[in-house]
Amino acid sequence: MSPNNTSTETMTLFSPQLAARLDALVEKYPLRRSALVPMLLYAQDEVGYLSDAVVAEVAWRIGITELEVRNVATYYSMLRFKPAGKYNVQVCTNISCMLRGGYELYERFQEELGIGHKGVTPDGVFSLEEVECIGACCWAPAIQVNYEFLDELNPDQVPGILADYRAKAAAEERSSHA
Amino acid sequence: MPRLVSHPDEVKIVSRRFGLGAEKIDRYIELGGYESARKCLAQGPDWIINELKASSLRGRGGAGFPTGMKWSFVPKQSAKPKYVLVNGDESEPGTCKDHLIFLHDPHAVIEGAIIAGLAIGAKVGFIYLRGEYRYLLEIMEKAVADAYAKGFLGKNIFGSDTEFQIITQTGAGAYEVGEESALMESLEGKRGVPRIKPPFPAVVGLYGGPTVINNAETIATVPYVIEMGGAAFAAVGSPKNGGTRLFSISGHVERPGVYELPMGYNLKKMIYEVAGGVRSGRKLKAVVPGGSSTPVLLPEEIETLGMDFDQVGKAGSMLGSAGVVVLDDQTCIVEFALRTISFYQHESCGWCIPCREGTDWLKKSLTRFHAGFGVAKDIDNIKYLAENMLGRTFCPLGDAAAMPTLGFVNKFRKEFEDHLDGKPCPFAKHVELAVV
Repeated sequence: MSPNNTSTETMTLFSPQLAARLDALVEKYPLRRSALVPMLLYAQDEVGYLSDAVVAEVAWRIGITELEVRNVATYYSMLRFKPAGKYNVQVCTNISCMLRGGYELYERFQEELGIGHKGVTPDGVFSLEEVECIGACCWAPAIQVNYEFLDELNPDQVPGILADYRAKAAAEERSSHA
Repeated sequence: MPRLVSHPDEVKIVSRRFGLGAEKIDRYIELGGYESARKCLAQGPDWIINELKASSLRGRGGAGFPTGMKWSFVPKQSAKPKYVLVNGDESEPGTCKDHLIFLHDPHAVIEGAIIAGLAIGAKVGFIYLRGEYRYLLEIMEKAVADAYAKGFLGKNIFGSDTEFQIITQTGAGAYEVGEESALMESLEGKRGVPRIKPPFPAVVGLYGGPTVINNAETIATVPYVIEMGGAAFAAVGSPKNGGTRLFSISGHVERPGVYELPMGYNLKKMIYEVAGGVRSGRKLKAVVPGGSSTPVLLPEEIETLGMDFDQVGKAGSMLGSAGVVVLDDQTCIVEFALRTISFYQHESCGWCIPCREGTDWLKKSLTRFHAGFGVAKDIDNIKYLAENMLGRTFCPLGDAAAMPTLGFVNKFRKEFEDHLDGKPCPFAKHVELAVV
């Protein structure tokens, strides 16, 4: 069961780029296990969530049990065990954002998308999350769409923001079929 | 892209290179970068620690522990490798200063980590960023790769026989990991629960080795301290509070932003002059001076208050992470208190009971209170719960939840009473806050 005995190219769930990145990641630290949290996040970035198969491969790569992987993964709020939308809209409602309209913004996203906290739109393009402070307090209210920050927003900008991401999703869809 | 601000009262030391393209290594060098590290390499550990002690630089994460003293606690001889750990898990609500440091001046973080490594005799440093800061991690990783390419990091830094490596690390969403021992657990690939102390990290830290852990702002300040000289840096601030601080001013002000002001700068002036006053000409109701865990201050308490660790402490609050959150007279304190405790309830790791149960019951009590179903004895119950969390938890998260709650109840008791017996909240737009 040693990772060295099996060719990762035949075994892995991940793209060759990610597999190579994860191969390098475990070598980076004084202890292999230090790669666990980043590995889970990078795997989730590609797969969309921590599926059973992702958990199993990460456990194998680090050399710990799947239970240990789950034990750690459940601690971190960004890690998830169910798919999110292609664009995960994270609206901060913590104090600095709340004072400048974070809840009004969050409500507008709920209305426009027709989903609530941790919901996913039927087409899978968007998911929505109310999140804790994202470190953009002086540029409130702020959101993150996946890893992108958008700040100093007002609710009237919501339809435009969603239209931009919808267009982006459609363009990617077209190019993947081309 | 986060907006940069400026004000004539600012003293730009740590933010001096913001907006100047210093994330590119050649530009950083052109602006005097990496000279401090070279100087420290020539002068040696005792000289570095003495300069830091002379500078009165205190930890920017919130506790305000003198940096030079912290470094001097690391044993000179150690069987296990020593480590430098840069805490960039910036998560205290109201605080976004490290965001700008990583964005505009990543090499100052690297240079500061090198200097810390030289001071304590560590060969490896870690820079840990919260998971949400992915674009900043990418900037940091590029900067680290560039520093390796120049020979500033590696087996022979700056052509010497001294080694220093830097490893970057991402978190994955956890406020608690900002606590030093929880951060070490996370870096070791575990749940971010705190460790019991003692032993302190300076003796037994990451992988069991002696470890210096500092906030990213503290580390980024170090090269500037060396450049100016410890005494000159100390002279910028107030007694025992050297230099400047990056104040994140947010909430109901006209010009929110991150402003670099000398330690001891008057809080009233900070709100009314630097940040342009309370928004839309409204009146000031309260101010949270140092991030969401610090007890609230009333307008009459800030008149002559200088923003340094000792003066804010004397006023019954804390300078904390210097996240100044301003509340106008249309803000419901009960709602604000509920949002604050909801955060700590969400982030409590559950490792120790007073924090896990305390934050949960405080949230339940305040939710009921805010919805108008509170009864008179709830107010004292809230106080009782919070008081019994103080000092009874492994890490400061329990205190961070209890202290602001006590502040709100003690200073705005009348407003809590006004919510009793089904009376509607005069300010809140939301009947019930969503459960995060």
